Amino acid sequence: MKNVAFVIFGVLFGIVLTKSEVISWFRIQSMFLFEEAHMYLIIGAAVLVGMITIAVVKKLKLKSFTNQELNIEGKEDNKGIIIGGIIFGIGWAITGACPGPIFAQIGAGEYAAISTLAGAIAGAFLYAWLKPKLPH
Amino acid sequence: MENIFEIWNWYIAGPIIGLFVPILLVATNKLLGISSSFTHICTLLLPATKKMFSDHNWESNSWKLYFVLGITIGGFLSSEFLSKTSIAFLPAEYYSPLGFVKLFLGGILVGFGTRYANGCTSGHSITGLATLQFSSLKATISFFIGGLLFTYTMLFIN
Repeated sequence: MKNVAFVIFGVLFGIVLTKSEVISWFRIQSMFLFEEAHMYLIIGAAVLVGMITIAVVKKLKLKSFTNQELNIEGKEDNKGIIIGGIIFGIGWAITGACPGPIFAQIGAGEYAAISTLAGAIAGAFLYAWLKPKLPH
Repeated sequence: MENIFEIWNWYIAGPIIGLFVPILLVATNKLLGISSSFTHICTLLLPATKKMFSDHNWESNSWKLYFVLGITIGGFLSSEFLSKTSIAFLPAEYYSPLGFVKLFLGGILVGFGTRYANGCTSGHSITGLATLQFSSLKATISFFIGGLLFTYTMLFIN
């Protein structure tokens, strides 16, 4: 049952991404060229709304529907954040897709994005393989 | 209601995306993030790689598989039923052997980079910033350094 909920959340997320054209290579290009504010405003508004609502959730000490303490764990800070971040940024500019939009592009009929997804899975494999040798 | 067939404005889309963080957290106790789904799909396709991804928690991440399946369906529903005209999201020149190679190589950078950085635009830039993680601010700045560097280098070369 829970997995059905995740599919539904994903469907809604995919619709927002697609309808606001966050999944468009052209929008990503315009963002990096500072030609339009669309992407910056979307990311900015999303962060602002997320920040305020999470602050409220924390303040109210809400528990999850599953009656657990909310799990807001921080991520480990290391060199990979910057090096990996820059590498991803280059990939984002080339493919016009960050991880979520890759799936939305395929769903929206941009089948060339299957190539992007295959690359991304290979990239995740490559990282796990090279991890012991990479600076962290 | 007629407007849902048009491009959604930033002040509609942005807040909805932001709301996914608290809603997903309160409803399912999960933090929005997508890039680890690549690791998950990889271990699914090649079970032998499971031990390579020793720090990937199979149980706590399996929901992402359902989530990305949903995103794919969402993309389909949007283009089939929620749009009046078909919209191109990728340049036509990507539909060529060279284009597929470019997307594949770009995809490798996306998969490698996001796993190395331990998150992507959703995990770091949305969730991480919303939960006030300093490392996510560093990650987001790095994403843009990479994207800007590449975009302007290409502009300069051409």
